[in-house]
Amino acid sequence: MTKTVTDVICPFCGTLCDDLEVVVSDDGKTIVDVYNACAIGAEKFMHSQARDRVKRPRMQQPDGTYKEVSYDEAVEYTAQMLANAKKPLMYGWSSTSCEAQSVGHEIAEKVGAIVDNTATVCHGTTLIAVQDVGIPSCTLGEIKNRADRIIFWGCNPAHAHPRHQSRYSIFPRGFFTNKGHKNRKVVVVDPRRTDTAKMADYHFQIEQGRDYELLSAFRVAVRGEWLPDTVAGISKERIYEAAEMLKSGRFGIIFFGMGVTQSLSKNHNIDEAIMLTKDLNDYTKFSIMAMRGHYNVTGSGQVMGWQFGFPYATDLSRGFARYNPGETTSNDLLVRGEVDAVFVLGSDPGAHFPISSVKKISQLPSVCVDPHITPTSEVSKLHVPVAFVGVEVGGNCYRMDNVPIDARKVVDPPEGMLTDEEFLTRVNKRLEQLVAVT
Amino acid sequence: MTKIALNLISGRTIQQGVAMEGGKEKDAYTKACGIIEMDISDLKKLGAYRNTNVRVTSKHGSVVVKAIEATQGPHPGLAWIPLGPWANSVTDPNTYSTGMPTFKGVPIEVEIAINEKVLSSVELVQKKCRGEI
Repeated sequence: MTKTVTDVICPFCGTLCDDLEVVVSDDGKTIVDVYNACAIGAEKFMHSQARDRVKRPRMQQPDGTYKEVSYDEAVEYTAQMLANAKKPLMYGWSSTSCEAQSVGHEIAEKVGAIVDNTATVCHGTTLIAVQDVGIPSCTLGEIKNRADRIIFWGCNPAHAHPRHQSRYSIFPRGFFTNKGHKNRKVVVVDPRRTDTAKMADYHFQIEQGRDYELLSAFRVAVRGEWLPDTVAGISKERIYEAAEMLKSGRFGIIFFGMGVTQSLSKNHNIDEAIMLTKDLNDYTKFSIMAMRGHYNVTGSGQVMGWQFGFPYATDLSRGFARYNPGETTSNDLLVRGEVDAVFVLGSDPGAHFPISSVKKISQLPSVCVDPHITPTSEVSKLHVPVAFVGVEVGGNCYRMDNVPIDARKVVDPPEGMLTDEEFLTRVNKRLEQLVAVT
Repeated sequence: MTKIALNLISGRTIQQGVAMEGGKEKDAYTKACGIIEMDISDLKKLGAYRNTNVRVTSKHGSVVVKAIEATQGPHPGLAWIPLGPWANSVTDPNTYSTGMPTFKGVPIEVEIAINEKVLSSVELVQKKCRGEI
């Protein structure tokens, strides 16, 4: 007889769905089925059961092949690498629990490392903008219950956050939005006619990279001032019409994603989006929220924030915390050759960094801690497989609206496999012997 | 050989997400991400059938991917490669002092490469790192 574990947290995207039901076998060792999850979340649970999963650490040999080593050897290599490096980079942290992040930061402080999370290629520019102009935000619960004007700017939740729209933003029936999507007007700004755009009342097919202009035009239109005939490929009539529609709402929200953070102008795009939110608050209630990608990238920002004062790109190599995006951010450090060892946990820069940065990782002493085989694990000197957080071990995670939610354990990890936190704790203990702490 | 100039953006697709969680070393990941979505008018300009292998070249690198018709179009002039090592082989690493590489809005040239193979993610990254391609 199978058992059903209810209220399981999905460890995939920043929506952090908390209503999954996972069916496990009678002995509690195998996942049989997953209910309520999106296709990606379900695949994550099922892949943890893969027969070809790597279960022991692997060390790269001179001929490029990998040889199995013990966890003791992996701990020793990692500790020696970090202790001997002058300026190691400790990157990732977004696919693990806050508890593991905290141990990682302890290590970073000990060895004088740079700690950076995946925000550096995701919402790092958002964090810069928030430091520049602040952010009026809210929780996803408020959006579900109150929001009747929804803007998706440069994001495509139909693909990247598949249950966001049904749980929070377009379809749910909330306390003041009891007609579901009929209560809401949805605007999508995207250079492609995305699957999210197909659900929207207004789709502005913007010329790619012209977000700053269009955001500025919306600010002008909200004030009823003069606009040229077209801005970023959108006619002024449509901009005025949308501005009036936004002003007439009771509660509005701007969700934004990589379309604005990764296009040119970067943090300035978000400055402008936040200022548009501020302007709209002269007429109605408006909020803005980043569509965070990894399930615990927000948590990494939180933990780093309360421990060092900065949300990403924290340089501890001088014995105190420094932060200077452009200088202490992973890609800049790698491309300029300013780090001499790389430790990656809970991320895959091999697949998601520009290839010029990946080449540098492959040339340095490097450790990749990841349950999967990834392009990073296959160019690193050491690959340490660990248990899946949110599947095989619990831990604290932060949703995209900064609400902390405890992830649950569903099944045991394969026998003898360490969790992120256990591996880091062992490395930390070994470092206590290797590094003199004053 | 005809070459056409396009503007490249990248990002998540649900197929990319599912394939990534299923294992980046598997064929499904190559099928989900080793592609370029082009508008049908651009495929015509290139003179390529759907599902033809093409070489994508930018100032920052070059990669072979399979050209398919845009699934979320029309978007003439704009090309889309799902995020992954194929997109990152040609993307612009300049951060302009923000820490963020310019993943969106990379000028590229596309040409037919019917006899070239789309490499798997691990093979592609390993070969690029060793300087073999």
